[in-house]
Amino acid sequence: MSSADLSTRADVPLLQVRELVKRFPLKGGMFQRGGVVHAVDGVSFAVEAGETLGIVGESGCGKSTTARLLMHLISPDDGRVLLEGREVGPSRARNEGGTPGGLTLNELRRRMQMVFQDSFASLNPRLTIETSIAFGPGVHGTPEREANARAQDLLRKVGLDPARFAGRYPHELSGGQRQRVNIARALALEPKIVILDEAVSALDKSVEAQVLNLLLDLKADFGLTYVFISHDLNVVQYVSDRVMVMYLGKIVEIGPVGRIYADAAHPYTRALLSAMPTMDPAHRTAAPPLAGDPPNPIDPPSGCRFRTRCPFAEEVCAAREPPLTATEAGHRVACHMAHAGSGHSKAPPLAAAA
Amino acid sequence: MSAVTIDGGGPVVEAPTKTQGYWTGVARRLRRDKVAMACALVLLLILLAAIFAPLVAPVDPAKGSILKRLMPIGTPGHLLGTDELGRDMLSRLIFGGRLSLMMGIAPVFFALLIGSLLGIVSGFVGGRVNTAIMRTVDVFFAFPSVLLAVAISGALGAGIANAMLALTIVFIPPIARVAESVTTQVRSLDYVEAARASGAGGWTIIRVHILGNVLGPIFVYATSLVSVSMILAAGLSFLGLGTKPPEAEWGLMLNTLRTAIYTQPWVAALPGLMIFAVSISFNLLSDGLRSAMDVQR
Repeated sequence: MSSADLSTRADVPLLQVRELVKRFPLKGGMFQRGGVVHAVDGVSFAVEAGETLGIVGESGCGKSTTARLLMHLISPDDGRVLLEGREVGPSRARNEGGTPGGLTLNELRRRMQMVFQDSFASLNPRLTIETSIAFGPGVHGTPEREANARAQDLLRKVGLDPARFAGRYPHELSGGQRQRVNIARALALEPKIVILDEAVSALDKSVEAQVLNLLLDLKADFGLTYVFISHDLNVVQYVSDRVMVMYLGKIVEIGPVGRIYADAAHPYTRALLSAMPTMDPAHRTAAPPLAGDPPNPIDPPSGCRFRTRCPFAEEVCAAREPPLTATEAGHRVACHMAHAGSGHSKAPPLAAAA
Repeated sequence: MSAVTIDGGGPVVEAPTKTQGYWTGVARRLRRDKVAMACALVLLLILLAAIFAPLVAPVDPAKGSILKRLMPIGTPGHLLGTDELGRDMLSRLIFGGRLSLMMGIAPVFFALLIGSLLGIVSGFVGGRVNTAIMRTVDVFFAFPSVLLAVAISGALGAGIANAMLALTIVFIPPIARVAESVTTQVRSLDYVEAARASGAGGWTIIRVHILGNVLGPIFVYATSLVSVSMILAAGLSFLGLGTKPPEAEWGLMLNTLRTAIYTQPWVAALPGLMIFAVSISFNLLSDGLRSAMDVQR
């Protein structure tokens, strides 16, 4: 019973991620040694019920890998994922340490669903959209008639008239309509948390706005929690309550959306934000805020991974890796400049921090 | 929060309430393809003639006559002439279709069953299973298919059943190879990932999401193999490894009539013409099927 109490406790975040690690071994030739890509390297964060956490970063920073790790579509090399305070395990429903009450993958998948970027590739071209939506409930034992009824109901909820659309095939729909179907499919298992991996990135701007508003409406209707992954900073600002910035498989900054967008502490976040397109000519930047590509993730730089591109890099940045520590309530930064006593010349004095 | 109201989802083309199923669409597109339909008609006629051979054939295909050997095409009573033993060519071609078509279709059918099972499993499971199955299959690729068929049926001994077994073994590797590559491609698509995310097991995913998208291309490829199989079977019979005289089979007929190529070249070419007609029809039909199954058109 104690485990049940744990899962319903209000003070436990809905989703907790602790020290998640995923390495992809590189296939070398027969006589070469393959390297290892540190796609996600010790990522820890929490998502509260009912909020939207935005994840941003350049391509290759580990956003999508993080999403797949959360869904357990790929298994982590290390670290733990806890949903409702219960540890997710591959098959055995036990928490770490062997105590019962863990979450099986099947239980996880009823609680957490995902929407993919490519609306066409994520729908089976041979199935009608009704069948596609009803597939998930069917897998979990819902009778076909009931699953189809739920599919029709969800189609209505995402703004597609079931009488007109239920029997259609994916290639007969537009991109926006297909992504609505994908959202309906994700909701068919009545999840608590939905991971949106670049879910609106491939859509036209006008359609994107419609789908974003649909997502916000659905969130209110169903009491959902979102993890919203995107490279589009404007969109993330619009939908997120909190924002997490990733660089080369690590979190560099995480905090409330207003705080991050108004007063980012990490130079990488500031560079990303200054690269954001703006309609206001007075705020346009001429010089590129960040030059070059991120370093090779097979062999990341020592210390702070951003130091090779950081205008403020000093010796301490190469020597020690900055920990992700709180600067103030709810705002955490991994930068020596934000940490008192780190040894960086721009770091705040110790007394001020104390 | 909704500053933008949600409409039906962008521009909607007026469409009937009930759209047609995928295979209905394939059949409709195939019917529009004149070449494919002509080929289908030819194949259907030959198939029907072979099945109802005793009713269709004018005379007994085994009945010879010393007096009427190697009559030319158009001889009264023998529309397509006679062979070197005075047997009616038309009847023998009709009866020969039975064995020849069976030698063309049966090995491909069995190879389709075994080959696609191997290919789909190795493509879906991937990793070591894939390596184990596909490298074994690669061994068979090292031999030219004709040589392999001759070697296997030679080792098993002459006879129709052994020839068919040999041909089946010859066709399993290429079908498995195609099945594996199509499955690997489909497996990496997001809808398979989404199906895994909804908690479906391996066999459910294969049944619902893989098979429907994979069987089409494999089937098209297998159709094109029917003609190869017929030619290989004819080759085996020609070498004396398949059918034995006095059975009527196109490959065997081609073999026995080759001595008459200077006296009655047109009669001697008739079995070859049949093989050609059937194999090109199968090839063109499979081409038509391939483009009819393309949803995007």
